[in-house]
Amino acid sequence: MKHMTEEELIAYREGVAAQRAVIANHLAACEECRAELERIEAVLAALDTLPVPNPGDDYGRRVWRQIAPRLPERPARWWQAWFEPQRLGALGTVAALLVVAFLTGRMTKRGPIGNDVANKEQIRERVLVVAVGEHLGRSEMMLVALSNAEPLNPAQKQVNISAEQHRAEDLLEENRLYRQTVLMEGDANLASVLDELERVLLDVAHSPEEVTPAQLKKIRQKIEARGILFKVRVVGRELQERQKATKPAPAQKDSEESERNKA
Amino acid sequence: MNRMLPSVENAQTIAESDAVAVERTLAGDRDAFRVLVERHSHNVFRLAYRMTGNRPDAEEVVQEAFLRAYQKLGKFEARANFGTWVYRIAANYAIDRMRQRKKEEARKVEPVIHEEGTENDPVTLVHDAAPTPERLAHNMELRKQIEIALAALSHSERTAFVMRHWEGCAIEEIAAVLKSSSSAAKNTVFRAVQKLRLALQPFVVKGTQVRAMGTES
Repeated sequence: MKHMTEEELIAYREGVAAQRAVIANHLAACEECRAELERIEAVLAALDTLPVPNPGDDYGRRVWRQIAPRLPERPARWWQAWFEPQRLGALGTVAALLVVAFLTGRMTKRGPIGNDVANKEQIRERVLVVAVGEHLGRSEMMLVALSNAEPLNPAQKQVNISAEQHRAEDLLEENRLYRQTVLMEGDANLASVLDELERVLLDVAHSPEEVTPAQLKKIRQKIEARGILFKVRVVGRELQERQKATKPAPAQKDSEESERNKA
Repeated sequence: MNRMLPSVENAQTIAESDAVAVERTLAGDRDAFRVLVERHSHNVFRLAYRMTGNRPDAEEVVQEAFLRAYQKLGKFEARANFGTWVYRIAANYAIDRMRQRKKEEARKVEPVIHEEGTENDPVTLVHDAAPTPERLAHNMELRKQIEIALAALSHSERTAFVMRHWEGCAIEEIAAVLKSSSSAAKNTVFRAVQKLRLALQPFVVKGTQVRAMGTES
């Protein structure tokens, strides 16, 4: 008889098993698995003895007294969420890129009016290319740092990857934003690479802050198996090329002015 | 799972009453928010205490969760459940607090000093009416080991375990807090229980051999 795995029994005990009926049937027939489940339950029951202090019947009132003076008159409206510090940071980056793109556009030779729409499209693409390129650069740096992570002291058995973990968390937010934008722009290939990167970033963000060399090896193997570092590098180079290709022609202001002066 | 779930009728009444309180708060009646704070504080405290493992941090998490909930109330969807929503905010803040605490402790040399009070009295762990010195010592040791084992979990693992095992949250709720997929959240719960089991089994069932799982007999 094939026994249940520990994962299946834990999932069953915690009520998240996909095949609950199958496991229940097996347990009814298998004494060994029942015993194993009892051992798991014994540990969980021991954990349940950990008491939670009672904060007191008037706790809710106390919390209200503590927070009431700090509450603004009215809660913020949904659009005010856009002005939270975290969002402001991301918005600031995008705004700065837009200003750069605008100024670059102003410095380029102005074509016929019919070309304005095409120019705007080009500028928008350039902004996105620059932003995603920089994001991939930062992701590459984090992945390289993770690949080279070692214990600070050779005697230490754990490797601290908290710095990479926090960077992965920040990158994760950005990645989601760029993936959705790229997808809306119709660049399925770039969206697919960002999607793969997101999975890796998720893995890193949810890893323990301190890992054993064996755990770190596992994380590295996962990264290598997906070839994500290579893909990030290749796409990063491609974006650099695209950036060069969409770069506006140098301004011809001087020559135009001299022509006008001659006239 | 210990989450104190109200009956279906009660839950519906609470949800409706919560929705009214949210609406009134948004309309400018700040005192309406008081109802929500008083109603949900205990549950949020329990979650926060289990996640942070100490009372001062748990109380800070509760206050911050309600402050954030008030500030973000405009983003709260009327169809959603306020209790679940504030839970999620509290869990997210508790993760931040745990990270911050870890950094602070890394800088300190002294071990963490637990708050004094009856909740830390080993006698409260003993269900026997007349605890023997041996039982008392065993319970003290077990409690210490449980705290060590919980502290050894990663923030995601502790969050997933607390939310699932003790608070009975749905995997989707946990996934939303961990910003991961449901299957990843499920795996995190599994990893947490596996680690706790490895750490605590010797103290729970002494002398019991664990068989290799998934094998055939």
